[in-house]
Amino acid sequence: MARVEVDVVIKTEILDPQGKAILGALGRAGHSGVTEVRQGKHFELVVDDDISDADLEGIAEHFLANPVIETWTVRRVPESGL
Amino acid sequence: MPNEQSTASPEEAVVHVDTVSAAQASPDVAQPYRELGLKDDEYTRIREILGRRPTEAELAMYSVMWSEHCSYKSSKVHLSYFGKTTTDEMKSKMLAGIGENAGVVDIGDGWAVTFKVESHNHPSYVEPYQGAATGVGGIVRDILAMGARPVAVMDQLRFGPADAADTRRVLPGIVSGVGGYGNCLGLPNIGGEVVFDESYAGNPLVNAACIGVLRSEDMYTAHASGAGNKVILYGSRTGLDGIGGVSVLASDTFSGDGSAGAGSNARRKLPSVQVGDPFAEKVLIECTLEVFAADLVVGIQDLGGAGLSCATSELASAGDGGMHVWLDKVPLRATGMSPAEILSSESQERMCAVVTPDKVEAFLEVCRKWEVEADVIGEVTDTGRLVITFHDEVVVDVPPRTVAHEGPVYSRPVERPASQDVLEANTPDSLERPSTPEELRETILRMIASPNLCSRAWVTDQYDRYVRGNTVLAQPADSGVVRVSDDSNLGVSMATDCNGRYTALDPYHGAQLALAEAYRNVVTGGAAPTAVTNCLNFGSPEDPAVMWQFSEAVKGLADGCAQLGIPVTGGNVSFYNQTGTTAILPTPVVGVLGVIDDVRRRTIVGVGQEAGETLILLGETLDEFGGSEWANVVHNHLGGRPPAVNLDTERVLGEILIAGSRDGMISAAHDLSEGGLAQAVVEMCLTGETGARIVLPADLDPFVALFSESTARVVVAVPRSEELRFTEMCQARQFPMTRIGVVIPEEPVLDIQDVATLSLDELRTAWEGTLPALFA
Repeated sequence: MARVEVDVVIKTEILDPQGKAILGALGRAGHSGVTEVRQGKHFELVVDDDISDADLEGIAEHFLANPVIETWTVRRVPESGL
Repeated sequence: MPNEQSTASPEEAVVHVDTVSAAQASPDVAQPYRELGLKDDEYTRIREILGRRPTEAELAMYSVMWSEHCSYKSSKVHLSYFGKTTTDEMKSKMLAGIGENAGVVDIGDGWAVTFKVESHNHPSYVEPYQGAATGVGGIVRDILAMGARPVAVMDQLRFGPADAADTRRVLPGIVSGVGGYGNCLGLPNIGGEVVFDESYAGNPLVNAACIGVLRSEDMYTAHASGAGNKVILYGSRTGLDGIGGVSVLASDTFSGDGSAGAGSNARRKLPSVQVGDPFAEKVLIECTLEVFAADLVVGIQDLGGAGLSCATSELASAGDGGMHVWLDKVPLRATGMSPAEILSSESQERMCAVVTPDKVEAFLEVCRKWEVEADVIGEVTDTGRLVITFHDEVVVDVPPRTVAHEGPVYSRPVERPASQDVLEANTPDSLERPSTPEELRETILRMIASPNLCSRAWVTDQYDRYVRGNTVLAQPADSGVVRVSDDSNLGVSMATDCNGRYTALDPYHGAQLALAEAYRNVVTGGAAPTAVTNCLNFGSPEDPAVMWQFSEAVKGLADGCAQLGIPVTGGNVSFYNQTGTTAILPTPVVGVLGVIDDVRRRTIVGVGQEAGETLILLGETLDEFGGSEWANVVHNHLGGRPPAVNLDTERVLGEILIAGSRDGMISAAHDLSEGGLAQAVVEMCLTGETGARIVLPADLDPFVALFSESTARVVVAVPRSEELRFTEMCQARQFPMTRIGVVIPEEPVLDIQDVATLSLDELRTAWEGTLPALFA
């Protein structure tokens, strides 16, 4: 068994209304010094050891992300001695 | 400003800027005009207008403003027919017409109404949720720009076959995008259409309509007058979203491999998709209405397709003819944006206002109150030129009318295709018809469960239909009705319709059939039709057969409106709706706006409101099955002639229904259209949760009586006490009517004598089960 993490965020050139809302709320709550917030989704998958990178890319692209407006990263997390 | 970010400056990112002087110095630079959609002769004309090559920013402006979508270059020569057929009498109630952001009509008591339908087809195919959502946002800003408060929306959706894989991909996203954006804005969605046909597979249609209300003296238009007046851009920041095609201009200054995936700062080929923020739009609406109320605005324009290119050139053209814009004053969301990108960005939730210098501070103060970012980005001039500078360098210097109004105009070849004769000759006469009671019973159940006739509740239940508290009628009613304000019983009604199958068989009469049905839907609710808008969805204008469909549909609609005496106040054209060489069914969506003096008199669809009701069929039933839903569902057949249209009869029918509603003679009514009498009666029973007993006319074949789609027909429920008065009124107008049955509150069944007895439970299961089974 291996662990895989996938992070999905809206492409940088596309508006992220939720990130914008958080940024606005930070200002109102008195937290100065933050100039940009982008919000995304984080997935943790436990997978068979032999799953291929191509399979993982396919899962991320076709199922976890919306490739039209989002980008993603797939990261295999090293075993930490289960 | 809570969202303040530093505006991009040349110190932060080196932006490649192509200036007017650079253009003069390098006349022979090859420009990617073809990639931007311009033809060779169009590019040559731009060079002639300017006397030099255009800068990148100018090329971006011209290419997008001369596109089919913005310039109406293929449709203009045909659309002028609307103007020619509109009489002075028809214009008398019109405060603004074709050419403005939206048409405005006076409805009395000092109120005016503005309404419009626009297409957002392709973006919704690429990204269903955001495409549909930003379609709603765009039409709402159009209405707002007329000085009106948006009060209701409607959506006309068309998809491929209900069971097709791609329909399953796009429909749920589109429906939730419409609902998500509209619901967040707090606007009721009071009707619309959901239609399935294989021609829309790969090219769904997402049309969005909005109705706005204003005091008639408060109307605004898009013009920039008065040299020295300031141009203020307010709303969301301008980003790289929705730039799409213009990204070819950046291809030599940015490296990118076009693949998705994070980790690279290289700018990819930019997506043509935008993400909307309905909460920003809600604030923009309230902020805009407040600056209107405080009389702080000279002219206003929303930013939609073509962004600042469109807003600046249209404002300048409609005013004194000159404007200077400092592009570096535009608040940006991304760093390093080039002038062409800033001008082309379709970032959502932005507006542009022209304000006199003494009112600028007050305007900005209102914006601050609503936390809407606003900046003075330009000034009206009397030079007759639209000059745009970027950090003191001139990047655009053009006559604004050449961008906004004097684009190319094409008289495309128009030719009725030979296949039209084949289509017409393929009549439905030889199709096998149900005849025994068992067959008719089975056909009723099959028809009401079919995708185009089944209950739309699964879709419309995702929309808020009653927010704001002024909704009087909404789905499943024939038309949507809202009060104009909380303290008035004056109401506006709207219905939109189009049967692309009819239009395919006969574009001229098909467009009139769409008009007739929308008109009938409005009068069925008790409102008086007042004005017409349209959204004309067709295939490629470069196909002579498509242009023939288009020109016939425009003529049919214009002639029909002239006959009914109601003006077309505006419209929208969407071409290139096709997959490969196969065009969609010609789909001229027609919207009719109506007025009802007292919304308490509106007529509902469901029977069972009164103790004893008689069901009367108004109008004449003929054997008409060309393009019918029965031919579609049972035989997958499209051919022959569509049902005959008679607009004079529709008008008399309208008078009867309006008088019947006003004088309390009608307790329910439902228009007959796709699916015929069977469909109408089933819906009246299910909506009213009350049974009925029907006796079909003896002189008609039961199949024809139940399923024919003859026009100018409505079923009314008349309280027994009013029956004599109502029938005398119909006789006085010599209008055909047939007593077809009674409502039976004591029994939850639809009993069609000698044909079938169907329990309401059985009918409801068939009618309501289809869409949830497919999409839930």
